Amino acid sequence: MTVILDNLTVSYQRHPAVHHVSGSFVAGDATAIFGPNGAGKSTLLKAMIGALTPDSGQARLDGFARQDIAYLPQQSEIDRSLPVSVLDLVATGLWHRTGPFGKVGRAGLGQAMDALEQVGLADFAPRAISALSSGQFQRVLFARILLQDARLILLDEPFTAMDAKTTFDLLELVRRWKEEGRTIIAVLHDYEQVRAYFPHTLLLAREVVAWGRTEQVLTDANLKRAVDTAAHWQDRAAVCRVDGVNV
Amino acid sequence: MQHLYDLLIAPFVDFAFMRRALAGCLALSLGSGPIGLFLVMRRMSLMGDAMSHAVLPGAAVGFMLAGLSLPAMSLGGFFAGVLVAVLAGLATRFSSIKEDASFAAFYLLSLAIGVLLVSKSGSNVDLMHILFGSVLAVDDAALYLVSGVASVTLICLAFIYRPMLLESLDPVFLRAVGARGGLWHMAFLMLVVLNLVSGFQALGTLMAVGLMMLPAITARLWSESVEGMLVMAVSVAFVSGMAGLLLSYHFELPSGPAIILVAGLFYLFSLLFAPAGGALPRYIRARHFES
Repeated sequence: MTVILDNLTVSYQRHPAVHHVSGSFVAGDATAIFGPNGAGKSTLLKAMIGALTPDSGQARLDGFARQDIAYLPQQSEIDRSLPVSVLDLVATGLWHRTGPFGKVGRAGLGQAMDALEQVGLADFAPRAISALSSGQFQRVLFARILLQDARLILLDEPFTAMDAKTTFDLLELVRRWKEEGRTIIAVLHDYEQVRAYFPHTLLLAREVVAWGRTEQVLTDANLKRAVDTAAHWQDRAAVCRVDGVNV
Repeated sequence: MQHLYDLLIAPFVDFAFMRRALAGCLALSLGSGPIGLFLVMRRMSLMGDAMSHAVLPGAAVGFMLAGLSLPAMSLGGFFAGVLVAVLAGLATRFSSIKEDASFAAFYLLSLAIGVLLVSKSGSNVDLMHILFGSVLAVDDAALYLVSGVASVTLICLAFIYRPMLLESLDPVFLRAVGARGGLWHMAFLMLVVLNLVSGFQALGTLMAVGLMMLPAITARLWSESVEGMLVMAVSVAFVSGMAGLLLSYHFELPSGPAIILVAGLFYLFSLLFAPAGGALPRYIRARHFES
């Protein structure tokens, strides 16, 4: 069970957002992906689940099947105007068991209720998802991850715009997942959260700035280097020739 | 009582063509209503309109080859519609153009070809028939087509309901769990084309979209659950069909526009008074709860 990035490059219109990134995540533990805006953090996660096709290299999720992976996108990508109830949305976490046609059943709905209870939203089960605040909605999405029972959990900026209580409650779930031996990879922007809950950090600025134990990665020198690298962007950059990929 | 009977029931009891038209309306409502609702939920409300234009050249080719023959025109319309859907889908997938823009481009091409073909081959009367149809002239073959399409639509929707809803709700999740969202989307577009083709003998290519979209948009204003909206959309469509037929019978109006206008009245009424999204209920608020 390993998550390995092997010389991974993903680009938008030939400009790399993730540039020749190699390394491996520690299985059964929590790793934060840290870095300035535009550093390629979300792009990296999307490439890992196969939503983006790499220019070169690959993300190898050895030992993880599709149903072992849960992915929490940034909220903006979900259409909350649709008339769907909170319970139904959580129940989609059972997809790996039900597939497109299978029955959710009473047991499945029970599990969904249970997951909602764990995030403190049991009362909200029958309500429409459009009626929730963004913090409540994030709890609902965490409930879905609970239901997915995944061994690899990818979170894209899960605590952006969350209040302290919500952030704390959800971080406690992350701690529990860690104790259960799940692999967690989360894009984060809060230094303190990373230090408190994530033993490992990948500091990304298109390329790997540093990757390892959090206390060794998040040094002032590394953070400055990350900001400098990300701010650097050329309209007429030369064609990259690393490894002879783009000859 | 006798007066009501004459007004509402007698036309259907006395005339076979009215009964056939009513049966056709029921079948159309059952198929088009739910399809329209999914178009609305997927924010593709104008797509039905685009597709109805896309169907035209196929119907025209069918007409040129076989005259006013239902199977030929339906088959032609279906293939033209699916072709436009596939081309637009491919353009969206493999270029940076968004779906609505690529549909607009391809349906316009299709429409131009259609008008060209019709003007080269037939008289204006034929064009009027293709564009506006007549539900009062529905024969057995057309009735079989409409009810067959409605059956296929309901069965297919039952199968693709969950992935399709999830694809509009949360496409990223669907992709992450490894389901092929594009496949369900394509199947859905086929159903849209199928329903437009089945509607066009009865209502014409232009009016068929009306029975698809107006009841669906109305339903969105009345209910906050998908199930409730489905029931509402089908009911509004059928009641509009029946009322439109009666109006057209009593006042000698063309049936297609009469049906669509009744559906339009439902919509305008709902726009003002419907509880789940109408304009007035927002101002007349009941007292709020304690928590």
